[in-house]
Amino acid sequence: MDTPLDQLHPRQTAEIQSIQAEREFSRRLFALGLRPGQLIRVLRSGPLKGPLHIRVGHTDVMIRRQDARRIQVRLAPQT
Amino acid sequence: MPNTGKSTLFNRLTGAAARIGNWPGITVDLLSAKVLLAGAMVEVVDLPGIYNLHGFSDDEMVVRRFLETQAVNGLVVVLNATQLDRQLSLALQLKRLGLPLVVLLNMVDEAKRLGIRVDTEALARSLGAEVALLSAKYGQGFERVRGLVENLLRRHPAAQHGHAEAFREDEDIEAELASLVAQSVHAPALLDDARVQALDRWLLHPWLGLPLFFGAMFLLFQLVYGVGTPLQDLMEWLLVHFQSLALDPLLAGAPPLLKSFVEDGLFNGVGTVLTFLPIIVVFFLFMAVVEDSGYLSRAAFLMDAVMARLGLDGRSFVMQLMGFGCNVPALMGTRVMRSRALRLLTMLVLPFSLCSARLQVFLFLTTAIFSPRAAPVVMFSLYLASIAIAFFTALLWRKRFQSHEPLLLELPPYRLPTLKQLVLQAWQQSGHFLKGASGFIVIGVMLVWLLTHLPVGVAPASAQSWAGAIADWMAPAFRPLGIDALQSIALLFGFVAKEVMIGALAVIYGVGEDALKAALAARMDWVSAYSFMLFTLIYTPCLSTVAVLKQESKSWAFTALAVAWPLALAWGISFAFYQTARALGF
Repeated sequence: MDTPLDQLHPRQTAEIQSIQAEREFSRRLFALGLRPGQLIRVLRSGPLKGPLHIRVGHTDVMIRRQDARRIQVRLAPQT
Repeated sequence: MPNTGKSTLFNRLTGAAARIGNWPGITVDLLSAKVLLAGAMVEVVDLPGIYNLHGFSDDEMVVRRFLETQAVNGLVVVLNATQLDRQLSLALQLKRLGLPLVVLLNMVDEAKRLGIRVDTEALARSLGAEVALLSAKYGQGFERVRGLVENLLRRHPAAQHGHAEAFREDEDIEAELASLVAQSVHAPALLDDARVQALDRWLLHPWLGLPLFFGAMFLLFQLVYGVGTPLQDLMEWLLVHFQSLALDPLLAGAPPLLKSFVEDGLFNGVGTVLTFLPIIVVFFLFMAVVEDSGYLSRAAFLMDAVMARLGLDGRSFVMQLMGFGCNVPALMGTRVMRSRALRLLTMLVLPFSLCSARLQVFLFLTTAIFSPRAAPVVMFSLYLASIAIAFFTALLWRKRFQSHEPLLLELPPYRLPTLKQLVLQAWQQSGHFLKGASGFIVIGVMLVWLLTHLPVGVAPASAQSWAGAIADWMAPAFRPLGIDALQSIALLFGFVAKEVMIGALAVIYGVGEDALKAALAARMDWVSAYSFMLFTLIYTPCLSTVAVLKQESKSWAFTALAVAWPLALAWGISFAFYQTARALGF
């Protein structure tokens, strides 16, 4: 089952399935390593429904929830 | 790539001092330097760090335009060795230009610690480029890099243009990147850095994160004053002796008006800048540590939810904090923002940050007017007012400066800068400040001198002087705020630089700084004093700040707004406060 990234809980790991974003934003996502097939982990979320702190590959990134919603992920089996 | 140590390398290669910071996208203006390489003078250009050759951010456009129009001998691309899983995409895009290419993998020290192994030979084969490992920060591998660049120049002595098709779309790059990474980089798929995670657990804690951050910032400001104030006193001492030992004897035979112009006008103008300098240098030094540490990105993470509701983002908050030291570097820091609307809105609220110059004025006034018990509370209330007014301004103007910039911010690993980097950065930033602001301050102080000393023969700052006439003319505007005509002349001085205000009051009342406290206490009660302080906090930013507002926004209309809005707001708030307090019988 695919879910939007912002639905993930902290410490959950998932694989990116697809990204719905306009060209400029998807390029920036790609440049930071967010692309289909990559493993992504939510580390924590900021206070007051703040942004998500995620790790993708070797990079830590903060992303706002409204932007994270556009990334579809599939939960990876817990390790 | 941004934040990969490109500027550090540029500095090492050219001996120049480009800006270094653990904060993405720090180099905005193109820096270049001529260096002797392989027996010829070569121009080395430091292009902005970019993630992507096809993006539409300012930086990416700059790089693309440069590569499209300029012929070059070759390209040197700096990548972060710990993040090759994504950064190699830029190398692949650049490969298509068909230009001689050197790929430098920086931060090998960090990569080694994290257990990342890179097969440089496989990488060199696939990219058709020279590949070298390097730690620009510690200088490891630097000689080899220099050798590679010189080799490249010997083999390609003529500058050439890149293939134009490289600027077109590249949809197949994802597969290419995946196979390249699989071939040449050996590392776990998701990297776990125990050191970073342990620190993040505390510093990004849902409840403790913000208090810890404010605590750290408070300590930082204490340190800046602790170290900077004695240096400032030393500078003042030097200036006083310069005046009594050199300037006074030199001007002994000069006409009194010339003497007054040189000493009270010019010398005080330059002196104001100079006594300000130690605090600025120390402030930049400490800020450099904070910037390099990676902590600022985390503060942006913690505050983003609050700031988003004001039409700003987490980074605006970081700038506001920097503004508590001095508004000038904070304004320059907004360069990391890509959306112009967001940047302008941030620049509009930044001058409300209660900077160290205003702090000096308030410390003086609160001790003069309020009891020792009330004074700290009054100070604290002014800090609260500073933040509240900034937030209020953002709320009010956010519709005009709407931005939809998706906030994607890298949270870099924690790092400590080397001493050499620190000194270089503080030196360069202070130089930038001096160059940008000193002319403005000198001219401003001279103007104020002229206003208070002309027409010839009047007592300085008296009702007969031009300043007195202006004060008279302004009196109807200031009387409802409880600010008398003489004090409004001090506000005129404050427009040049807020820290001049106390000295200006001393000149106006014709007493020394010590007797000034008594003089002020006799003329102001707490209501008019607080009204005066509110006005001082909010009204037009100082001249250096206005200069930087213009320099950074490149718009006179915006600069005018950034001057007029605070002035109107200051009047409104002081008026509301003063009239309400009086109506309540205080």
